[in-house]
Amino acid sequence: MARFVLRRTAQSLVALLGVSIVVFALIHLVPGDPIRAALGTRFDPEVYELLRERSGLDQPLVVQYVDWLGRAVQGDLGVSFRSGAPVTTVLAARIPPTAVLAVASLVVGIVVAIPAGIIAAVRQGKAADYLATGFSQVGVSIPDFWYGIMLILIFSVTLGWLPPLGYTEFGEDPVDFARRLILPAVTAGVVTGAILTRFVRSSVLEALNADHVRLARAKGLPERYILRHHVLRNAWIPIVTVTGLQLGTLLGGIVIVEVVFAWPGLGRLALDAVERRDYPVLQGAVLFMAGAFLVINLLVDLLYAKLDPRIAVR
Amino acid sequence: MNDDRPEDEARPDEAPGDGVGGLERPTGEHRPRWRETLGIVLANKLAAFGLVVLVVLILTAIFADLVAPYAINAQDLTRRFEPPSLQHLFGTDEFGRDLFSRVVFGSRVSLQVGAVAVSISLALGTFIGLISGYRRGWLDTVLMRTMDVLFSFPVVLLAIALVAVLGPSLRNTMLAVGIVFTPIFARVVRGSALSVSQDLHVRAARSLGASDLRIVFRHVLPNVAAPVIVQTSLSLAFAILIEAALSFVGVGVQPPEPAWGLMLSDAQRYRTQGWWLSVFPGLAIFLTVMAFNLVGDGLRDALDPQQRSVIESRGAGGDA
Amino acid sequence: MSGPLLSVRDLNVRFGTKRGTAQVVRGMSYDLHEGETLAIVGESGSGKSVSTLALTRLIPTPPGRIEGQVLLDGDDLVTMPEKQLLQVRGTRVGYVFQDPMTSLNPVHPIGRQVTEGMRFHLDVSEHEARDRAVDLLRQVGIPGAEKRLDDYPHQFSGGMRQRVVIAIGLACDPKILIADEMTTALDVTTQAQITDLVQHLQEERRMAVIWITHDLGVVAGIADRVMVMYAGQVIEEASVDRLFAEPRHPYTVGLLMSLPVLGDLRGEALTAIPGLPPSPTDLPDGCSFHPRCSFRDDERCLTEQPPLREIAPGHHVRSFYEVDDATARAASAAQRIEVEPPEASNDDGSPDAGPPGGGRP
Repeated sequence: MARFVLRRTAQSLVALLGVSIVVFALIHLVPGDPIRAALGTRFDPEVYELLRERSGLDQPLVVQYVDWLGRAVQGDLGVSFRSGAPVTTVLAARIPPTAVLAVASLVVGIVVAIPAGIIAAVRQGKAADYLATGFSQVGVSIPDFWYGIMLILIFSVTLGWLPPLGYTEFGEDPVDFARRLILPAVTAGVVTGAILTRFVRSSVLEALNADHVRLARAKGLPERYILRHHVLRNAWIPIVTVTGLQLGTLLGGIVIVEVVFAWPGLGRLALDAVERRDYPVLQGAVLFMAGAFLVINLLVDLLYAKLDPRIAVR
Repeated sequence: MNDDRPEDEARPDEAPGDGVGGLERPTGEHRPRWRETLGIVLANKLAAFGLVVLVVLILTAIFADLVAPYAINAQDLTRRFEPPSLQHLFGTDEFGRDLFSRVVFGSRVSLQVGAVAVSISLALGTFIGLISGYRRGWLDTVLMRTMDVLFSFPVVLLAIALVAVLGPSLRNTMLAVGIVFTPIFARVVRGSALSVSQDLHVRAARSLGASDLRIVFRHVLPNVAAPVIVQTSLSLAFAILIEAALSFVGVGVQPPEPAWGLMLSDAQRYRTQGWWLSVFPGLAIFLTVMAFNLVGDGLRDALDPQQRSVIESRGAGGDA
Repeated sequence: MSGPLLSVRDLNVRFGTKRGTAQVVRGMSYDLHEGETLAIVGESGSGKSVSTLALTRLIPTPPGRIEGQVLLDGDDLVTMPEKQLLQVRGTRVGYVFQDPMTSLNPVHPIGRQVTEGMRFHLDVSEHEARDRAVDLLRQVGIPGAEKRLDDYPHQFSGGMRQRVVIAIGLACDPKILIADEMTTALDVTTQAQITDLVQHLQEERRMAVIWITHDLGVVAGIADRVMVMYAGQVIEEASVDRLFAEPRHPYTVGLLMSLPVLGDLRGEALTAIPGLPPSPTDLPDGCSFHPRCSFRDDERCLTEQPPLREIAPGHHVRSFYEVDDATARAASAAQRIEVEPPEASNDDGSPDAGPPGGGRP
């Protein structure tokens, strides 16, 4: 077990290093001088020099990377080309809304997908199965931002039940916080749930058809017990893995959903940074989200090892 | 007496001797049979539906000038925000332009982005996957680690970052989406190439002195075709979805191109003036994406029944 | 001996498939007595597995449909309510399936998989169940059983796993053990060990065993009676001696002729019977075997289903023609070498298990 944890952690670190290289390289792929590009045609030469020096763009690439990485590890991701504020500070303000939305969407997705997938598998070929697979087919194909727009049209514009946009901090007004969270969380969550439903269904179906389930039936165990201990217990393994992987899609979806609902999270931040050519902020946001995705997948894999004795023992 | 078929008596839905015609694979060859494949896809009602939608869509895109009742940018400021009617099936927008015509022309953008982007990833991914899976060794390790790194990014995020660097435009959107999908193809192809190159007939061909190029074209490529085709269809769906999202948030296709995502983005400013502006372009994206997904699923079931649920469209996919 | 333990009458199993109804088991009848070993022999898809799964309704219904009568100590299992049937599975009829690699749940320790049936069916505490499990595992020959209860299946070899599966089958002292291709997935040495083990346990417990196999060689050493199945029907039934000495159905003869002469050739395809069995959704008119039969010479074979006829006491054949003496003897001779080693070397003293060929005229 310890060896597995070590190996898997090392792998994640290597991947993170690769991600950092890509993120670092991004800014250097910008044609011309990124600072000039960011500042536009009229700018204060002093600001230009300052930014140039702070971002170390006059150094050789490798030196720049090592420098940048060294500082990034210590939590220094440079300063915003626009506001001059440290990128870390800018990010810190945007992480909580995104984290809240991600967790809430994931909860919605899981709450939808697990029962729907299990019921579809157990009642394979029956109405419930068609309903669940139909839902997942629609969910997989629907553009999440459009789905969000439709929800706004129905629940805010037409019915007036929920506020269409914005974010309130929990500490300020918990009720408003919840009201504003519902639509974006349902938007991102249902799409995730649709994708997960397919996996849950096929995992449970596969587990249902396993030979050891037949043997469990031959033992005269009640169907309910078999479902719980011999089908679902085994199906969790792929489901957990896929849920972890799905977080990547979820995070990507949230970037877009944040725009639809004017949600002040990392996604909005990244997109604003693109528009303003604020490359350090973009770098920071991308690095953070990709890093978070890697860490979550690492945790999921460790959980996987806990669920599957074949890995734990190795 | 030897079992030439797996003992499967307890699974009556695949009753003995009931193998789907022609899909039983007697030996190491996994070549799909196209005519039968098409038959199976069409027998699947959902996939057939998807295929019909696709055909209609492609014809619409080709003959957009004939289908669209109005010119793409024909404005009529006296007829702004008109709800759907017989003159304007999908209503009109803030400039009095016919939304139906714009949605029709929008099909060109979506299909073009999908086709070009997926062609890029198909070409790149197949190339990388073949080299990796066939040659193995250090090159394989380097290439696959690189693909893993690309895989570590949430797909939409990587696309946004790439477009940010390249600059938002139709061309760069296609390029970015193409790069983002490359790892999926590389993995699928590598997996197949790896198993095929271990097959007896390939090893035999090699020992008989066939050149690598010949082996790749004669043996490896035909065998990776099935999973690649399935992945292509599913990726087309996802590519169109991503393009729409990028255009919607302003980092994809730029105005005045009639992209569906852009139309939805515009519609947000006039949310209260016309629901139709938000509904129809989205519906168009949804139908297109679903058609590709349905066809992809149908192809997967027909070509590669075991692969069901392994490759999923949209899934960040693959094994971690 | 009193009445039969298990009495099967006109058992039919059908499945609804996309290609129409599959008739997987057709009109099967037999009796099984205490302590007896019945072998059911047939190719893949002959319905032999399904026929035994259907005894305790272990096939999904729908798409399956079971008809007929299955009397176990006078209780009809076909009509018994599901709840009661749960008590039958495991306690009165135990199963051992083919593949030890997949028969055990990889995520649970083996001890739990042995005890869970007991916890439901027998009035035992967790502790007692574990003690029983240790005892069972010891009986089936797992060394250091008490230390291995908490090990997972992947920590055992194939042969050891099959022993665990046997322990599961025996956990609640069933009257009947159904061994479905139990040794097929194992190597030859392990096969012999497992076969010995089951015979030994059978004797100890006076259990009846239904042994399902496609390997006639295995049958010779262990069975009292043999039923040969083809396309869902019993086409020949006799005592093991008689079947090997005087096979009368052309199919049985074909099977015997196709047995490899040298034990180590068993992996090779030596099918002497040309063609494939018919699809259960598309059975031929007349005799099911006629398309592959080299003896057919009559219009009747093509149009009329032959009945199962008793041609000698206890010897039934479903054919209009009996294979002549000379051919039967040739077939019998062909398998003689196969029969003697290694299965026949069990010195278990079972009178019926000796090598056949004593031969009645």
